[in-house]
Amino acid sequence: MNTMIIEQEFEYVKPGSLFEALDILAQTNNVKIYAGGTDLIVKLKTSGINMDAMMDINGIPELSELTASGGNGLVIGSAVKLSRIEKHPAVKSNYSALFEALMSMASVSVRNMGTLGGNLANASPAADTAGPVICYKGILELMSRSGIREVPAEDFFISSGVSAIRPDELLTRIKLPAVNKNTGAKFIKTGRVKSDIAKVSFTVVIEREGSKIKSCRAAAGSAAAKPVYLRTVSESLKGRIMTRELITETVDRIAGIIEPIDDQRTTAEYRKELIKVIAADAFSKAWSLSGGKLI
Amino acid sequence: MSVHDITLTVNGRKVRLTVKSNELLLNVLRDRLLLTGAKYGCGIGECGACTVLHGRECVLSCFIPAVCADGWEITTAEGLSKDGKLSVVQQAYVDKAAIQCGFCTPGMVIASTALLYENPEPDEAEIKDYFRGNYCRCTGYAAMIEAVKVAAMRMKERGCDDEEL
Repeated sequence: MNTMIIEQEFEYVKPGSLFEALDILAQTNNVKIYAGGTDLIVKLKTSGINMDAMMDINGIPELSELTASGGNGLVIGSAVKLSRIEKHPAVKSNYSALFEALMSMASVSVRNMGTLGGNLANASPAADTAGPVICYKGILELMSRSGIREVPAEDFFISSGVSAIRPDELLTRIKLPAVNKNTGAKFIKTGRVKSDIAKVSFTVVIEREGSKIKSCRAAAGSAAAKPVYLRTVSESLKGRIMTRELITETVDRIAGIIEPIDDQRTTAEYRKELIKVIAADAFSKAWSLSGGKLI
Repeated sequence: MSVHDITLTVNGRKVRLTVKSNELLLNVLRDRLLLTGAKYGCGIGECGACTVLHGRECVLSCFIPAVCADGWEITTAEGLSKDGKLSVVQQAYVDKAAIQCGFCTPGMVIASTALLYENPEPDEAEIKDYFRGNYCRCTGYAAMIEAVKVAAMRMKERGCDDEEL
């Protein structure tokens, strides 16, 4: 393996409009999307993925837009760099779990290049932003010449490296709906050093009503073959009074549900233990951020 | 394989090049423009030896196809000094002896410059966090962190604006 060069040969195309990009996707075989390159180029160098053409989406104006939508939601174009998202004031204040995930990723240089669209579309089970985007009820907009599909983030991930995107489709926008009042959120990941790929990560967003959980969404990363929305656990917490006992009971259930693997970063057994600790921490911190008191 | 005509502004000088689609920015800088400040370290975005400035932001030239950098303004370590005078960051690295073997130094100096553009008065935790992406295997980082603090202090004392970084 020689990482000094890219050995593979390919065509490079840089469409100037969305229309042109969708045409290229419809008419060309084996095209890979270049947004920030931080996953694609590494893969080209190290695992020799097969690609006939590389389509650079940085020339498409709509995909570089980052806009606050009505009701304080956020619409993030798929070519917007991670560092631009982390610096947006609404991200830190309204989507704190996403902010925490972004700040935990790689290094400044990599975040100046990489994109949210790429982190999601690459569909790594360890994608740090996947949990927050799932928990904030993110919608992924997929476009092709035949139309637009809006896929909820929790249904987007199929398996490791595989997402719901069809070969003729392009991930164009990530839409985050407005966050209700009395909501608290937390993202926690563990690694040997801060910038590592997660051994395991956990995200929770809780909406509080008095001492009760009005709604809750939790997700786990590096805990299965894809980033997972913990649907049954999340839904079962609705209407419950938040207590320390409930957190203990919930994190034990989560450890029983996830299906982690042994790999170079750690073992499945350890991941199951670790998630209990970080999930308990995340639940209590998110609850206190929502304004709740833990009893 | 496709070939492309691109224009880069490197260290203030405009250059026109024809590049193959799989040619990397780092190799164009080193082999064709003979700017050997940026180094090949890991090739996969882990070590930061290839760090260059794109505008005022640090990026990793080892995994940017040169064709994707068409139209960019790039600064390498060679472009930091002006009229033979070291930049504030470079001088601080010299004064604090923040260099041993020197291999990581161009990337470190560029990353430090990007940090001060973004945050002119970083605290120690912020400096350390910024250095997450730049590996140094000899100094233990202490002198480099000092160098950044000194550079920031000198900027403030002189009332420099960041154009002078």
